[in-house]
Amino acid sequence: MSGAEKIHVRVTEKTPLNALVTRFRFEPVDGGLLPTFSGGAHTVVEMKDGDITRLNPYSLMSDPYDQDAYTISVRRDDEGRGGSLFLHNQVDVGDELTISYPVNLFSLDLRAKKHLMIAGGIGITPFLSQIKQLDRAHGNWELHYACRSEALGSYVDYLTTTHPNDVNVYYDDQDQVIDLENLLDGQPLGTHIYVCGPKGMIDWVRGKAADLGWPREAVHYEEFLAPQPGKPFEVKLAISNKVVQVGEQESLLEAIERAGVDAPYLCRGGACGMCETRVIDYAGNFIHRDHWLEDDEHASGEKIMPCVSRFEGKTLVLDR
Amino acid sequence: MSKFEFPASIKSRPVYGTLEARPGKHHLMIADAEGAEAIMDIATPDLMAKTHIIFISRGTDYGDKLRALNPAIFYEGPSYAASVPRIQRVLQDAHMGLQVYLTGTEGLMGQAMREAVDAGIPHTAIQTEHRGSVARRMQCVHCKGITEDVETDPFVCAHCGLNLFVRDHYSRRLAAYQGVCIDAEDPGNVPEPKGIYE
Amino acid sequence: MTIQFNDETFRDDYSFHNSERAIKRFPFPFDKDSYMYAVNMEQHRGGPADSVYEKRFDVDEHYVSEMRDRAQVLADDPLRCQSLPHMTLAGWDVLELIMTCKAEDYPDLFELHRDGDRWRWINKPLGIDDTFTFLDETTLPYGPMEYITRQTQGDFAVLDQRDDNLWMDAGMVTTQADWSLDFDIGMNFFEWHAPVPLAHEKGIFVRALKFLLNIQQGAPARRLNWTMTVNPLLDTSPENYHKWGIQKTTLTPQNIGAKQHLRVELQTFFRLPRSNGLVFPIRCYLCAFQDLMTVPKWGRRLHRVIRDLPEELATYKGFIDNRPMMLDYLSQFDDGLPTSNGIWPDLETEPPLQK
Repeated sequence: MSGAEKIHVRVTEKTPLNALVTRFRFEPVDGGLLPTFSGGAHTVVEMKDGDITRLNPYSLMSDPYDQDAYTISVRRDDEGRGGSLFLHNQVDVGDELTISYPVNLFSLDLRAKKHLMIAGGIGITPFLSQIKQLDRAHGNWELHYACRSEALGSYVDYLTTTHPNDVNVYYDDQDQVIDLENLLDGQPLGTHIYVCGPKGMIDWVRGKAADLGWPREAVHYEEFLAPQPGKPFEVKLAISNKVVQVGEQESLLEAIERAGVDAPYLCRGGACGMCETRVIDYAGNFIHRDHWLEDDEHASGEKIMPCVSRFEGKTLVLDR
Repeated sequence: MSKFEFPASIKSRPVYGTLEARPGKHHLMIADAEGAEAIMDIATPDLMAKTHIIFISRGTDYGDKLRALNPAIFYEGPSYAASVPRIQRVLQDAHMGLQVYLTGTEGLMGQAMREAVDAGIPHTAIQTEHRGSVARRMQCVHCKGITEDVETDPFVCAHCGLNLFVRDHYSRRLAAYQGVCIDAEDPGNVPEPKGIYE
Repeated sequence: MTIQFNDETFRDDYSFHNSERAIKRFPFPFDKDSYMYAVNMEQHRGGPADSVYEKRFDVDEHYVSEMRDRAQVLADDPLRCQSLPHMTLAGWDVLELIMTCKAEDYPDLFELHRDGDRWRWINKPLGIDDTFTFLDETTLPYGPMEYITRQTQGDFAVLDQRDDNLWMDAGMVTTQADWSLDFDIGMNFFEWHAPVPLAHEKGIFVRALKFLLNIQQGAPARRLNWTMTVNPLLDTSPENYHKWGIQKTTLTPQNIGAKQHLRVELQTFFRLPRSNGLVFPIRCYLCAFQDLMTVPKWGRRLHRVIRDLPEELATYKGFIDNRPMMLDYLSQFDDGLPTSNGIWPDLETEPPLQK
C-alpha cells in the first residue's frame, strides 16, 4: 500500500475567506478522534473528479492538539490542473472525503532559542498550526507575513488580534517589503528561520541568509509544488510490463496509478523522496521539478520523481 | 611539523578540515599551541579587523605572532579552562551569522565546539583544523571521569585506575573518546602501551 | 490470557527462567540457516496469537521482575535515563503512546481514564494508580519518558528528526547490548552505529535511515536483532563491563546449556505525532541454549548460523572466544535435516531430532 494511513472525514464547514481562499473543516465520519500532529504537518486529500483521482497535499492549520477536527485553507488556482478548483466548486458541507494521516516535512526545530517565521500568501497555513504548538509550550517566535493586499490577507486579522506584538504584515500593493537584511542581521544565536511561500520568496530568504553566514541547518523551507500540466507523453513500466499514456492534465505518478500499478508516494509535492523512481532507458528530455534530487542526479538521467516531474521525447522506461 | 594525517576510521570519529575565510560580519577564532599557524594561514587585514582571537599557548610562543595580525580583539589565556567564561560570554551576545573557527588539539576543538553548539550553532557550521599534538581527551565509560592528553593505548584512568583501551568512538557532547576496560575478561593481562596511531 | 508474573532475578543468583509458554513464544531471530545484516524491516501490525508480535508493547511473565531490575540499575546509575531539554514533548508522546496501547491491548492489567488533560493511569501488576495533568511535568514523579518507561519492558531510544537524520536525544537504557546512552546521547544515526562492523560498507545504514525517516503515524515497523549473553544478565552495559565481562569466562561444557543465553532484541519504530520524533523501543528477550534446544528446528538452525557467522560479527557480538565451545554443544542438536523457512518453531511439522 502506498502513502500514509487513511482517514475518512466529512466536510462540516466550508468558509470563503476572500476572493481566492476557502477554508474547509473535516471531522471523522466514524465520530472518533483524529490523530494529533505536529505544527507544519500536511494531509493529502483524495478527490474523485470524474475518472481522475487527484491527491493534493494541504497544510493542516488547526490546533495540533485538537482531535475533533482538522482545517485546511485552499487557494483557488485557475491555471492549475483543477485540484483546488474541485475543492472550491465541487465539494460542499456534508460531503465525505478520504485524507491521509498527518505527515510533517516542515517541522519546528525544538532546540531553537527563537523561531523566525516568514510567510508569503497562502504559505501562512503551516505557521498557523506551528504558532498554536509554540504558544502552548511558551515558545519564542515572531512572524513576518507578506500578502498581496489587505483584501487577500488571509488570517491577518486573527493573527494581529491574538498576537499584536509578534506578527508583522506587509502588503505588496502598498509597496511594503520585508526588510530582510536588517531582520536577519542581529538575530540571537540559536534562531531558526522558517519560510513558506512562493519559490521566489524561498530563494530570496535562503540566499540572503547564506550571504549573511547563516548555517544551512538553521534555515527551513517548504514549498509544495503542484504538478504542472504539460505535453502528453508515453511511459513504459518495465516491471509491470505496461505502456501508459500520460495526459496533459495528469502527473506521471497519477498516470502510473491509473494503470493500476502501486507506486510509493507520500507528499506528492516533490519534497519527501518517497516516489523516487529509477529510469531504465530514455530518449528525450526530463523536465525535473522536484526539490529532492540533487542537480547531478537530475542531469544523470537515472532518476525521476514522478509526482511533479515530466518528460518530453520518444522513449521513457521506468523501473515500476 | 604541526599537521598530521589521521588514518581512516569509523563514522563517529571527527573529521577535521582546513580553515577557510567565510563571509560574515563577525568571526571568532579559538586556538591552542600550533593552531596559531592555521590562523596565520588564512589571516588577511580585512578578516582580522572583524575577528576575535582566543589563544591558549600551551608553552609555545605564537602569541606575539597572532597579536601582530592585528585582530579586532586578542586574548591569550593560560589554559583552556581559564578561557571558558570568556568564550561563554562572547557567545552569549553573538548573533546568527557569527563564524567560528577552531584549531589546534582535539581536546581544545572538541570543548570549544561544545560551547558553540550549546549557544545554538550547528556543529556542521563550525570550522575545525587539527594542528599539533594528537593526544586524546578520554572518558572512562565506567567511572565517567575524563583523562586529558592521553597519548598511549591502553592507558590508566586518572580517576578510577582501571586499564582502558582507546576507542575511536567519539562523543561531541562530552568532547571525548571512549575508554573501556581492557582486562575485564582476563584481569591483569594488559598489553604494553604504545602510541595511539602506532 | 492471564499472565502469571515470575518472581526472579537478573543478577547475583540469576533465578530468571522461562516457562514452557515463554520458550514457545521466544522471538527466534533467524529465518534461515545463515545470518548477515539486512534492513529486515516489516510493518508492526500484530502477528500470530500469543506471539511477541501480537501486541504493540508485549507484556510477559518477566514484567514485574524486569521493572524491579530497572529500578535497581537506575538507583545505581541515574545516567542510564537521560533526555536533552528539547525532548520533553517527545517524552509525552511516548507516555501517551504506551498508555493508550497498553490500556487497549491489556485492559485487565492497565487502565487509562482521560478527562481532558486530567489523566488517571492504573497499572495493576506494579500497583500504581496515579492522576496527573497531561503536558504538565510537575504532576509526575519523573519526567514523562522516565515515568512510563519505568513501567515498560525494553530499552527506549527517543529520536529527534531533523536535517534528514535521526538524533538520539533521549533514552532509557538499562538492558542494552553493550552500548552507553550516556556516551551516545546527542549522536546522529550514523554516529551511534559507528562501531558496528561491516554494515556501513554494505550501505545498510543508509537504507535503514531512509526507511526510518519515512515511518508515518499509525504505521509502525519492527525488526529483530540478536547477540549472546552468558547468564541471564539484562544489564550488559559498558558502564559495568569491568564487573560482568569476567562471567564470559565461566562457561564449561557442563554448564553451557544453562548459562549461555541467546539474547534477542525486538526493535520497533513508532512515529511520535506531537513532536514528529520517533521512538525506538528495544525489547530484550533471553533464552538459555538448553531451552532453545527443545525446539528441534531451532537446534538445527542455531548450530548452522553460529558455525558460519563471519569472524568480525562473532567478535563484535563478543562471543568469538566461546564459539568453539558453543559449537561443540550445539552440534549435538544438528542432525543435518533441512529446516523450514521463517522464524516460527513449527513443532507440528518439523521432525524431532534424529540422533
